[in-house]
Amino acid sequence: MDEKKLAIIATKGSLDWAYPPFILASTASALGYETEIFFTFYGLQLLKKELDLKVTPLGNPGMPMPGGMEKWFPTLLTALPGMEAMMTSMMKKKMASKGVASLEELRELCQEAEVRLIACQMTVDLFDMDPAAFVEGIEFAGAARFFEFAGESDICLYI
Amino acid sequence: MADFDEELDASGLNCPLPILRAKKALAGMDAGKVLHIIATDPGSVKDFEAFARQTGNELMESMEEGGKFLFLIKKA
Repeated sequence: MDEKKLAIIATKGSLDWAYPPFILASTASALGYETEIFFTFYGLQLLKKELDLKVTPLGNPGMPMPGGMEKWFPTLLTALPGMEAMMTSMMKKKMASKGVASLEELRELCQEAEVRLIACQMTVDLFDMDPAAFVEGIEFAGAARFFEFAGESDICLYI
Repeated sequence: MADFDEELDASGLNCPLPILRAKKALAGMDAGKVLHIIATDPGSVKDFEAFARQTGNELMESMEEGGKFLFLIKKA
């Protein structure tokens, strides 16, 4: 049975967008897929050694708030200082209380499962990022390198 | 429940941890050996069915007992 291939492009750097690429990649790997994630633009935040990701209801009308608050909570108030920090902290607590793996753990599991993590070299240069700030074991490459794998993939996801 | 060679307690762990841990445990086992898995995540039932189908490891038993989900997987 030929191994199936999963290619993911991760472009977002907030807490809520960080879970899908790592969960999908680690699960696919457990199911025997050969998997590669290409991190570009804000997705590069997911590769930092120290993860400090945030989530905010501002501009995220689909984000649930405790007690059904999202139904009436005015959008303007979500821009208040401290709201983002509070929502991020609440989200993290929720994840922990429900037994969901932390991002660091998921990322480590991915690397253990030999999921290839590729950082977009162009974006690193664009935002003047320090390659030493990223975790070990990742590759720096461009879009063409990603297409080499993505072109053969059975599943290609844009996240 | 039939005999098993190794046990994995994935209680309290949610998707995708149960199957990830199972994959790791199976990797360290010989072919033909059986892994007993205990999980509390209801999603793990379908996950393990899919896992068995995809990886070719046999899902010998899948049952619920006392609020926990128990699985027996034989390494291919």
